[in-house]
Amino acid sequence: MKHLLSAADLTREQAVRLLDVAEQMAATQQREIKKLPALRGRTVVNLFFEDSTRTRLSFETAAKRLSADVITFSAKGSSVSKGESLKDTALTLQAMGADAVVIRHASSGAPHRLAEKGWTSGAVLNAGDGTHEHPTQALLDTFTLRKHLVGGGQLGAAAGADLAGRRVVVVGDVLHSRVARSNVHLLHTLGARVTLVAPPTLLPLGVETWPCEVSYDLDAALGEAPDALMALRVQLERMNAAYFPSAREYSRRYGVTAERMAALTALTPHAQLLHPGPMNRGLEITAEAADGPRSRVVEQVTNGVAVRMAALYLLLAGEEE
Amino acid sequence: MDTTLITGARPLGGEAADLLLRDGAIAEVGPAGSLSAPEGARVVRASGLIALPGLVDLHTHLREPGREDAETVETGTRAAALGGFTAVHAMANTAPVADTAGVVEQVWRLGQQAGWCDVRPVGAVTIGLAGERLAELGAMADSAAGVRVFSDDGKCVFDAVLLRRALEYVKAFDGVVAQHAQEPRLTEGAQMNESALSGVLGLRGWPAVAEEAIIARDVLLAGHVGSRLHVCHVSTAGSVEIVRWAKARGVDVTAEVTPHHLLLTDELVRGYDPVYKVNPPLRSNDDVRALREGVADGTIDIVATDHAPHPVEDKDCEWSAAAMGMTGLETALSVVLAALVEPGHLDWAGVARVMSQTPARIGRVTGQGGALAVGEAAHVVLIDPAARWTVDPAAMATKGRNSPFAGRELPGRVVATFYGGHPTVLDGALATPRALPASDREGASWSK
Repeated sequence: MKHLLSAADLTREQAVRLLDVAEQMAATQQREIKKLPALRGRTVVNLFFEDSTRTRLSFETAAKRLSADVITFSAKGSSVSKGESLKDTALTLQAMGADAVVIRHASSGAPHRLAEKGWTSGAVLNAGDGTHEHPTQALLDTFTLRKHLVGGGQLGAAAGADLAGRRVVVVGDVLHSRVARSNVHLLHTLGARVTLVAPPTLLPLGVETWPCEVSYDLDAALGEAPDALMALRVQLERMNAAYFPSAREYSRRYGVTAERMAALTALTPHAQLLHPGPMNRGLEITAEAADGPRSRVVEQVTNGVAVRMAALYLLLAGEEE
Repeated sequence: MDTTLITGARPLGGEAADLLLRDGAIAEVGPAGSLSAPEGARVVRASGLIALPGLVDLHTHLREPGREDAETVETGTRAAALGGFTAVHAMANTAPVADTAGVVEQVWRLGQQAGWCDVRPVGAVTIGLAGERLAELGAMADSAAGVRVFSDDGKCVFDAVLLRRALEYVKAFDGVVAQHAQEPRLTEGAQMNESALSGVLGLRGWPAVAEEAIIARDVLLAGHVGSRLHVCHVSTAGSVEIVRWAKARGVDVTAEVTPHHLLLTDELVRGYDPVYKVNPPLRSNDDVRALREGVADGTIDIVATDHAPHPVEDKDCEWSAAAMGMTGLETALSVVLAALVEPGHLDWAGVARVMSQTPARIGRVTGQGGALAVGEAAHVVLIDPAARWTVDPAAMATKGRNSPFAGRELPGRVVATFYGGHPTVLDGALATPRALPASDREGASWSK
């Protein structure tokens, strides 16, 4: 594996390996001294053309815990002129000797361009591109699900396992969600059954060709007793573009509420609740649900560091094993 | 004046013949071996070559004035000559927009001075392409440029009342409105054909219905007011059906398709290479099939290049930041051979019809798109049908390097182009431009 561009590219073996290494990384993060020497002398560049504090901090933390030198370049898409800036920035960083480039970009496919055009010789990690993919988010979501659904919450207990037969409902703005796309691919690769739930306006054309089921009815989907529920962020500006009539109507039909969580846990007491963050409390998820006992939202952040450590490690040092 | 004897060429793919070009006209035509070269005449041995009337492009972006970094009239018409064209229509979306007699005359004069082919400026329908007020269509029609084709290409004339007025108004001078059919609200921020693939790639979709809905409205409007309508770059199967239906009802509508929509599909977008970004976008296999059948049965009247050169920096970037458009002048004929002739949809007479005669008729281009017969203007292209070549954008005359056919092997090569009897291309390479007719020289120097 030279780059991590898309969850769709990962084989089952690669995905399981990533999750296994991530569990090893997570175990080291429970020690008093968290820093590992694995990437000493290597340079990781965080190239963030789009604001994303949490993903940037997560990658930064992951690289630093592996003793890599970290350079962070933040440029909002609007302030740097488009196009040339990606190429020139990449060439500049290449000239400085980047071993890995973590890129977040508003344009779908930007990491692919970076990897294929020769603008950088380093490994390219997609940290979210437009409405296309966000593979490390899907890895941390599957990490969290595997740990709890297969490993009983114990690190290492699920080593080598996938998510065969597990059922996951993903609800929210699928149309604009890179998280949904990556999760559908990765969960499918790992053997899980995915049901996407959204109003028809927030589903892309051709979603019926995706390796998942699709429903417009959240309560019906939860009635099938899934093992996990993942809520996606819904941006309020979608309302102005007539994707749904009002925030209240969206919450009523598709919001994750305490009532819905109670209905779900009545069927599956072990059900996991995930959200990639940042949450719009009161819109796609209520505070009771987000802070409730089935919520893994805070743990997802912790797991994100471990997963990104694993990805950086396998891309930069994996071949030396 | 130049005198050229072409020996043994096959006019429209028929029996081999000799053609004598003299004083800008076809002076004699006879069976192969029957004509002898007058003293001092150039002899072009064309045995095995196909002779067609010079190609006429109804849809070319020459970028001048305003974007001379992308193309100039000089470089664009060199590319045209190499592609076998003897006339091109220069689209109006320049800076300033070609919405006044002054701008269209300037473009026309630049074409005259360049001397590689006729440059027929297209006039904007609305001032600044803004879709709000009619440009002075009559002034452009009456100018030296003699504009007959009007288009806001790049933008749709979306206001139904404005379009109706334009359709009616241009009747006074036998003009035609060429519509860029794109419902603007349905295509805000659109990046590629809306399909299962756009959903997977996370690129905002440009749905077929956004084209088809406008074409449906426009053919009804054109029928209602009894006007001519031309539809630019038809790209979907549904559009072909609507045009077919309109023609069956007697609507005076003509339609064009680009070479790239006849050969390429949206699958190419998978790698996010912006060389495949174009408007309207590349569509599905079913659309390509329907477009080819549309040309074969005459529903689609012409092939027009939509030659859209861009500087390297506008394509060497991420997908959403890239400009839309592809070059096409130097590959059009070969792509038509690959997409329409080799599969049996068209014969050589058909190629002449869709790339020369009918576009000349739609654009009311006098002297172009004629038969290869005595007395016609000597606009002739010679094609080697057996040649195959690999497309190399760096070797092209256009300034644009954005050819989606780069690296592909294509059939057929333009060997020679005669523009008014003067060879602009010989042995597959640029020769010399035609000298400005004496009567125009004074005006030309005045324009400097």
